[in-house]
Amino acid sequence: MSMPATAHEVTAVHALESVWSRYVFSTDHKVIGLQYLFTGMAMALLGGFMAYVFRMQLAFPDQVVPLYGLVTAREYNALVTNHGSIMIFWVAMPVLIAGFGNFLIPLMIGCDDMVFPRLNRLSYQIFFVSAVIILISLVVPGGGFGGAWTAYPPLSASAQYNHTPWGAPLWLLAVALEFVAFLLGGINFTVTVMNARAPGMTAMRIPIVVWMIVIASLVFMASVGPLVAGAVMLLLDQTVGTRFYDPTAGGDPLLWQHLFWFFGHPEVYVVLLPATGIVAEIITVFARKKLFAYKTILGTSIATGIISFFVWAHHQFVAGIDPRMAHLFTITTLLISIPIAEMLFAFIATLYGGSIELATPMLWALAFIAEFLIGGVTGIFLGANATDIYLHDTYFVVAHFHYTFFPIGIIATFAAVTYWFPKMFGRRMNETLGKLHFWGTIIPFNLIFIPLFLTGAAGQHRRIYSYENFPQLSTPWLNQLAVLATLALIVMFVFQAVFLVNFFWSMRRGEKVGANPWNANTLEWSAPSPPPHGNFAAMPTVYRGPYEYGVPDRELDYWPQHVAS
Amino acid sequence: MLEWLIPAASTSADEIDWLFTLIFWTVGFWFLVAQGILFGFIVKFRRRPGVRSQYIAGESKDEKRWISWPHYVVIACDVVLIAGAIAVWRDVKQVIPTPDETIRVIAQQWAWTFVHPGPDRRLDTPDDVVTVNELHVRNDTTYAFELSSLDVVHSFSIPVFRLKQDAVPGRVITGWFRPTKTGTFDIACAEMCGLGHALMPAVLHIESPEAHAAWLGDRTTVAAATSGSRS
Repeated sequence: MSMPATAHEVTAVHALESVWSRYVFSTDHKVIGLQYLFTGMAMALLGGFMAYVFRMQLAFPDQVVPLYGLVTAREYNALVTNHGSIMIFWVAMPVLIAGFGNFLIPLMIGCDDMVFPRLNRLSYQIFFVSAVIILISLVVPGGGFGGAWTAYPPLSASAQYNHTPWGAPLWLLAVALEFVAFLLGGINFTVTVMNARAPGMTAMRIPIVVWMIVIASLVFMASVGPLVAGAVMLLLDQTVGTRFYDPTAGGDPLLWQHLFWFFGHPEVYVVLLPATGIVAEIITVFARKKLFAYKTILGTSIATGIISFFVWAHHQFVAGIDPRMAHLFTITTLLISIPIAEMLFAFIATLYGGSIELATPMLWALAFIAEFLIGGVTGIFLGANATDIYLHDTYFVVAHFHYTFFPIGIIATFAAVTYWFPKMFGRRMNETLGKLHFWGTIIPFNLIFIPLFLTGAAGQHRRIYSYENFPQLSTPWLNQLAVLATLALIVMFVFQAVFLVNFFWSMRRGEKVGANPWNANTLEWSAPSPPPHGNFAAMPTVYRGPYEYGVPDRELDYWPQHVAS
Repeated sequence: MLEWLIPAASTSADEIDWLFTLIFWTVGFWFLVAQGILFGFIVKFRRRPGVRSQYIAGESKDEKRWISWPHYVVIACDVVLIAGAIAVWRDVKQVIPTPDETIRVIAQQWAWTFVHPGPDRRLDTPDDVVTVNELHVRNDTTYAFELSSLDVVHSFSIPVFRLKQDAVPGRVITGWFRPTKTGTFDIACAEMCGLGHALMPAVLHIESPEAHAAWLGDRTTVAAATSGSRS
């Protein structure tokens, strides 16, 4: 328009610009962290819905699933494949590492932003594109990829075998782009923690969660390279007819398995470490205790990260590898129980002599320890090569890894969200709704997966669309266990509405709080709630470690890192 | 203890069940101890008015023994379990006993083809019997199998034998089993192999020597079962 803009119009245009620059194209680490968090939450609802649909098919075979319809075998395969992919790559990783890593690292080490803010934004944008591509892959002709999240070739390499000419390459492209996004993010995290710490923030004063995110980022960066190479080869096999994984042309299907699991197993620890770090922060605050054996926990984290590179072939005990190799991988796999167990012992020891308040974040943190212990001990059955022969690819595996991944991806996330919510939005979440949501999640969770240990031990394989063809494996009581697991899943899903209501209501209407509502020590609580772009009014100086709770002869039972005396 | 859930019908199944039980009690005991201490602490150290938390850094050797001793116990348990796992794995996977007979198992999307030796007990002779989705074996007989796949990765799984072995295209993978119980049991594919993955059931018949001989002799049944399939 040629007419001069009125003041009102200018303000409106400016406001519009600021919404875009503030919430969509922001370079502020906190906004990017929240973008990852919200994207992850949306994808969790989708991934959870997929679980609901395929569990309904298992419990009530060939019946119409409410809100979905009939589930065909093709759809079932696509649902289980994409449920796994989405929950790990588009929920656990973006929320735990990218979401909380972004939100917490600059605040906790005392700087104004990531060292490379634009790289940070690019990382989210690439991640967002990857999420769009995986969604598109579900609705293209032929449907979504159904070759399991492990995508073993030759099935995944050829549409002749997987019958998803568009779904398989798009799925792979989405995963590859997601890796690129996290590589950029991981570089940023590591460089920021190395270079941008506040004065006085020595290595041994860094909060353990920051350490663990950095170690996880390094593990990710070191493990993902071979898989990206493998993924490029697989994409070429799918699209231009190379035959890296085709034995009839001199390729080898097992090559992919090695490349995939060389990444895939460390990946467990990539998400586990930030989750345990979050739990460590929360238990110290709500037990008013110094973290027991900080240096030992740091050592165990590093040891876990290193050993995680030497365990991958325990996924291949029955894959036709040389049987002698299995002994080596049994030993390394069981070895990793040593640092992890020690870390959990240190967390439990932290509670000793504490003054424990069972606020919602603490409930989640304690539940993490209790539930993860189940995941840990059941892993021994699978790490031991001989029992794995039987249990491999049964529901026992499904139950085991949900007892590790659910505490990691869901329980630790709820712990973190409820704990840092006041910092994110300057308001507190409702405690009653929080506790209702907690029990409405934890009880059904156990009712879903304890039955699956039994169906797995009874021989039921996973990824089977219908058991009607297996008379021995579909006895009435096994079917009843499937029904129990499915009903519990529906109950758990319903209770997530309580969380969503609490979250969005509290964002706008929750009780307003000051900068440090939990009386915590770490630096993020010295910034205003919510912190402005740039975080701190004045850059903090750090005088001591992050866990000085209950220090004798002090009036207060906490002693923030930035307070001089 | 797996037998409470599913019968054990091979010599390997007995060994694997033994290892499962060993692991169950070992980790089960320590699991209960750890959970007990966790919940005990949560109850004992609940916040009370006027009671402050103790300041314990956990850095001195004296304090650290509270985590280092349990840690040594974990190592000791690991050593026992690793020894058990290695022993059982050796028996089940590494040392293949001299077989009485060899059968051939061929996986493809989405069926199992079994080649049984005929009365001469040797493969690749004119009396071989080929079946689809139906495996007949003699009780108390040591079998070797040669497993292959014609297309994608499948996994040959017989839960009552506690046997599972991937079939990888381009390779012939050998293994063995020795049935210990007669009956009819499920065989399944345990690796996602495409659209019809759930439609790859096969039936395992473990027969007495007499019943097995009768089945072998009844060639008309065999002909009917294999008609229309690969030859």
